[in-house]
Amino acid sequence: MGEDTPILQIKGVTKQFGKLLAVNNVSLDIVDGEFFTIVGPSGSGKTTLLRMLAGLEKPTGGDILLRGNRVNDVSANKRPTCMVFQSLALFNHRTVGQNIEFSQKMKGVPRAERRERAMELMKIVRLPEDYYAKSVTKCSGGERQRVALARALASDPDIMFFDEPLSAIDYQLRKHLEVELKDLHRETGKTFMYITHSLEEAMVMSDRIGIMQAGHLIQVGTPDEIYTQPLNKFVSEFMGEVNTLAVRRSADGKYDCAELSMQLAAPASTDSSETGYLVVRPESMRFLNDPSEADNHVKGSLFNEYGMGSRVQYHVRVGDTMLVVEKLREQAYQGNIDDDVIIGWNVKDSVLVGD
Amino acid sequence: MATTIDKMSPPPLLPQPTALQSFGLWLRQPGFLTATPILIFFLAGFVGPLVIVLGFSFLPERTFGFHGEWTVENYVHILTESYYISFLWSFGLAAATVACCLLISYPVSYGLAKVFGRWAAPIMLLLIIPLFVSENVRLFGWYILLLKGGGIFAGTAKELFGLETGTLLYSNGTTLLGMVYVYLPYTLFPTTLGLSLVPKDQVDAAGDLGANRFQIFREIELPVAMPGILIGSLLTFVLAVGAISEAKVLGGANIVVISHAIQHEFTYAQNWPLGSAISMFAILITGTLVIYVMRRLDLDRLLGRR
Repeated sequence: MGEDTPILQIKGVTKQFGKLLAVNNVSLDIVDGEFFTIVGPSGSGKTTLLRMLAGLEKPTGGDILLRGNRVNDVSANKRPTCMVFQSLALFNHRTVGQNIEFSQKMKGVPRAERRERAMELMKIVRLPEDYYAKSVTKCSGGERQRVALARALASDPDIMFFDEPLSAIDYQLRKHLEVELKDLHRETGKTFMYITHSLEEAMVMSDRIGIMQAGHLIQVGTPDEIYTQPLNKFVSEFMGEVNTLAVRRSADGKYDCAELSMQLAAPASTDSSETGYLVVRPESMRFLNDPSEADNHVKGSLFNEYGMGSRVQYHVRVGDTMLVVEKLREQAYQGNIDDDVIIGWNVKDSVLVGD
Repeated sequence: MATTIDKMSPPPLLPQPTALQSFGLWLRQPGFLTATPILIFFLAGFVGPLVIVLGFSFLPERTFGFHGEWTVENYVHILTESYYISFLWSFGLAAATVACCLLISYPVSYGLAKVFGRWAAPIMLLLIIPLFVSENVRLFGWYILLLKGGGIFAGTAKELFGLETGTLLYSNGTTLLGMVYVYLPYTLFPTTLGLSLVPKDQVDAAGDLGANRFQIFREIELPVAMPGILIGSLLTFVLAVGAISEAKVLGGANIVVISHAIQHEFTYAQNWPLGSAISMFAILITGTLVIYVMRRLDLDRLLGRR
């Protein structure tokens, strides 16, 4: 497997619906065998982008190259790609086996051979053998998910697309299926391209992540890069609960923070603009005994605490601002609600981002 | 702390109501009570006359009241005389009507359900409006259009192109045309309902999995829309079997369809028992067909309850 051969090249792809630019000049190379996830809120154009890649929608601008060949005008049924739909789009009038065998039946593969392959795939996605003749309407949510996966795998595609297939599944099963999907990626060695609105979900599975906002692909990077070096406020807040403080650069190299009415130390920024946001993750915040223990410190009062299983989250009120601190359970804060506390963080644990 | 669940005795069984008691309970349900008026109306207005017709069919020829010996001679008469020709005409024409209606309906329904978008409603309206006009009036419209010499079609052809057309009326083809025209909506609307049940994402998925347009039609659209198509065909067939005006007005009574034969026995021939027997025979055949098809149908799914 050539690590650096792009299997899919997206060059300035644009999709316009009437006056709406759903996807705006997106360029991206997908490497053979990688697990790439596009993250964005609803309406950011991620599904439209994926549908164009699968051939279900035609781009109004730009080119899509599959293994170096332009496929803009190749219809979905002729592309060596396969999609797992958000609704799963299982054929409810057919059995589990007939669903899985669909692509091979279309190709005219003999019945016995199809069945053998279906059985093999059912084993891979962990569906019991006797489900073969079961109606898909009688399957549970997780089982339907597996049928959809097996059905897509059966066509032996070069690239598998996933359009938020886990969004309608309850938390526990979703966590489980995320892990299974990543394992499946490893076992099959195929290129996976996944779409979700949950960056958390993307972090679990992906080799690389692309962030979409209002039709633009604004940042591409490894989960680590996205986590530690978010491009802007949008990306950092997309990550989950995070402390974002509006700051303005002052003459002495420090930053004024109006909402906390104090000066803060911040890391160097490549951005030359005067204003920005200082982003501090809850787990980088610490309770201090002495202000000198960290580069920045703030005095406030403990508003409330929230148990989160292995971790505990605290909301600390500083003036009108609520800051979030997160600790491992064994490092939990020993004290009471409404205590006056000092919290702080080091410059290296914070990021200065633009708007 | 161990609990004592296994020591608990099962709750005492309540005395089971007898069959008569449960029937009484069933009769006192609000659903049944509120349905009573319509039930009485239905029994008196629909089932009653049918029972009378059934009774008459077992009476001797030309009896006009319930007296005389019970007999099956009317049924023997139907089977031995040439009435089978009328049955064949009626069922054959009905089958041909269904086939033509389906061929016309499917593309139109597909457009209404999937393609026309916001134009679907006005187009639907255009298709429904003619239904407000009585069937016979509409058939006479065709009659005027196709009339020999003075008809609109013949007149126009002669005036504009100097063409002399023979008569277009009074043929079996014209009868079929009239039937297709009259009964098309009964195929069209259920078929549209059926096709609107085909989810777009399943069509997309089938295409993505390598199916071409015809395969999508055969594997997804047709089977998913099948309940609607069957209901439409059934409705059309049952109505078309009972059709009479088309064959009389446009077909010029060239052929005697079964309802014509029944009408004849009840009126000119004044042989009510024989008319009744033919009616019962037609109901038996049609009813068998309806029950056979309905058992294979999932109405709940068609009506979107599942």
